[in-house]
Amino acid sequence: MKVELTSHIFHPWTRIHAFEEDELRALKGKYGAVSTFVGTMRNEGDTVDTLFLEHYPGMTEKTLYSFSETAAQRWNILDTLIIHRVGEIQAGETIVLVAAWAAHRAPAFEACRFLIETLKSQAPFWKRETLKDGVRWVH
Amino acid sequence: MSIIVKFFASLREHVGKSELHIESTDALTCAKIWAQVCHEEPLPSHVLMAVNQEYADPNTRVHEGDEIAFFPPVTGG
Repeated sequence: MKVELTSHIFHPWTRIHAFEEDELRALKGKYGAVSTFVGTMRNEGDTVDTLFLEHYPGMTEKTLYSFSETAAQRWNILDTLIIHRVGEIQAGETIVLVAAWAAHRAPAFEACRFLIETLKSQAPFWKRETLKDGVRWVH
Repeated sequence: MSIIVKFFASLREHVGKSELHIESTDALTCAKIWAQVCHEEPLPSHVLMAVNQEYADPNTRVHEGDEIAFFPPVTGG
């Protein structure tokens, strides 16, 4: 299972392909399903100049690993990948990728859903928008 | 005992500090640390907290060398 925070633009489908080639080579033929969630940064209004993603270095990574471990205990999955942006981000860019590999689709779907839902409700990330007339934290 | 207290996002701006060290001879909980640092301001119910980078609650006990963090509801993803 892999967790990565990055301050650079990433392409989710390239990263899934690379993960399968680099990390899951030995599992080729074992997994029959990969379920993915890709989140893209929205722009809530035309007054937003830039968006910034703050996190809690150390705790954010630990939290995401612990979700991955919980998913692996709860469902019959073979591996998981979570990539999340930090720092400055532009609307339209990928903010998060969650993927779960399994032999069959049901555990892949369920683990993927669990990972993105727990990330959204519990992983320490905060969005801040810079507007023309100040700064606003997203609620 | 000596502990580190951190604040994140809008709470950092509210408190005006990102990190501070406090010394105490009392037995401490997260709620007591909040009261001490925020001059007895009531702990808002939406504020989340962590001890040593794991989620905690206001009654969680704090020990020498611990890292305590207070932060607003999360908005990742």
